[in-house]
Amino acid sequence: MSGNADIYHEMIIDYSRHPTNYETEDQRKLEDSFFKNTDVIFHDSNPLCGDSIDIGMKIDDNKVTDIKFSGKGCAICMACSSVLTEIAKGKSLDDVRKIEKNDILSELGLEQLQAVRIKCALLSLKVLKSALYTYLAKHLDDSQDADKLKEDAASLY
Amino acid sequence: MQSIQSSFESLRKDFPILQRTVRDNKRLVYLDNASTTQKPNQVIDAISDYYRNYNSNIHRAVYALAEEATEAYEKTRDKIATFINVKDRQEIIFVRGTTEAINLIAYAWGRSNIKEGDIIVTTEYEHHSNIVPWQLLTQEKSAKLEYIGMDDNGELILDDLDKYLATGKVKLVTFSLISNVLGTITDVTKIIEKCKAAGVLTLIDAAQAVPHMKVDVEKLGCDFFAFSGHKMLGPTGIGVLWVRKSVLETMNPFHGGGDMIREVHKYETTWNDLPYKFEAGTPNIADVIGFGAAIDYLTKIGMDNVREHEIELTKYAMEKLSAVKGILIYGTKDISKRGGVISFNFADVHPHDVAQIVDGEGIAVRSGHHCAQVLMERLNVAATSRVSFYIYNTKEDIDALVTSLNKVAKVFKL
Repeated sequence: MSGNADIYHEMIIDYSRHPTNYETEDQRKLEDSFFKNTDVIFHDSNPLCGDSIDIGMKIDDNKVTDIKFSGKGCAICMACSSVLTEIAKGKSLDDVRKIEKNDILSELGLEQLQAVRIKCALLSLKVLKSALYTYLAKHLDDSQDADKLKEDAASLY
Repeated sequence: MQSIQSSFESLRKDFPILQRTVRDNKRLVYLDNASTTQKPNQVIDAISDYYRNYNSNIHRAVYALAEEATEAYEKTRDKIATFINVKDRQEIIFVRGTTEAINLIAYAWGRSNIKEGDIIVTTEYEHHSNIVPWQLLTQEKSAKLEYIGMDDNGELILDDLDKYLATGKVKLVTFSLISNVLGTITDVTKIIEKCKAAGVLTLIDAAQAVPHMKVDVEKLGCDFFAFSGHKMLGPTGIGVLWVRKSVLETMNPFHGGGDMIREVHKYETTWNDLPYKFEAGTPNIADVIGFGAAIDYLTKIGMDNVREHEIELTKYAMEKLSAVKGILIYGTKDISKRGGVISFNFADVHPHDVAQIVDGEGIAVRSGHHCAQVLMERLNVAATSRVSFYIYNTKEDIDALVTSLNKVAKVFKL
């Protein structure tokens, strides 16, 4: 197999087929949809390819008690979003904000991902950081903190 | 006698890029021609020849170099006039590409002709370049933008047009001659007939048409017509806007500056003759000359032959792709209503992943929304994979694509 297809290993394919912490468009229409009962939701898309991700979080006592994502994306995007939600779930807001791109990429063996695909991999992290600053700006007094996060999100890729 | 296929195959030697390999020594299979085409030596050499031998600014200087450059630049205008059958060379304006052409019309014609309550009609299968300029204009003028819908076969629903025309408020109907995603050939005769009867101007985005078939502007009967050089063997950064003279004469300039003026005084200016009134500043001389070489190249092949070659490839590709389990092709199955563009999805595999895996085999296909998000919404997909053909493509290219799709199926366990 050529080097190019190497990124499509078992784990990526599995996650893309069966994303974790994921709600489909149809599930979101239901009464008991997770997304109808969150503390913060953020949406972003990748203008180049049309990948589009929402992340919703329930936050209690400065902790991410639950997190789900929904949207459309390629296998890389879906796998990275799954891994990200797994990492973030149950963590304190402080720990969530410390999540870095390599935490996601290394989990999936994507450290060498080509530049054109890096946006697919990191879209969800960008959305998570944006969700976090949206929440912080609303709920905390420290607006400087939120601004710093906003910058982090913007400079991810 | 040589078959049409083998004579087209022999053109490949003119394209240096087709001689290279990609991704560990694989033969390059370039199937993204709707985006941009490769360039033959004749075009590359014409540009290089200008820079090496007669580089100078055009129109004003009297020395030898300028005379040669001006002649070469203006000759391209004549070649284009012949190529698309336009009688009056003054109606042909050089622009950066189709996008700039449409923006020029929105600005120089639209701003003085569109008023509050007016309607501009476009279609659901337009490229963003034939949507966004009209959003900007209609928002600025409190006018309305309406869409001719598309049926499940990828063809326009012309009843929608009738409905808008009946309001008496439509000022412009703008549409692509061939969809850059579906390849649908628009029923241009009917649209223009209806618009003419209603006294409404028409704009044709011919970016996907002029490179691939004989197009006769006079016969079409539209009022504005635009296409790009780089999609037809020419360099990037050069395109053509044609405007019917009776309309062009009423239009204000787009950009102010050198070359577009007759006399400039402190507080007033008179404009240069057509088409120079719309070509402010030093133009893209080298690429106009390169574009001229591209037109020569295509003229030599003959546009009817180009079309025939693409029909053959499209037919072959549709057959081969349809035979792959899980492939869904968008748009009409009727080849006579299709250009050489095929958009598809492969089971539930995201087009990005398809593109990446086939790229591993040296095959360049496009994935994404193809600058047509309104159409993606209509098709209810986030993206598609797209292959698009040109003169140097062969059946071997399509076979390679199909083989590589089997690899996609294997990786994704389809």
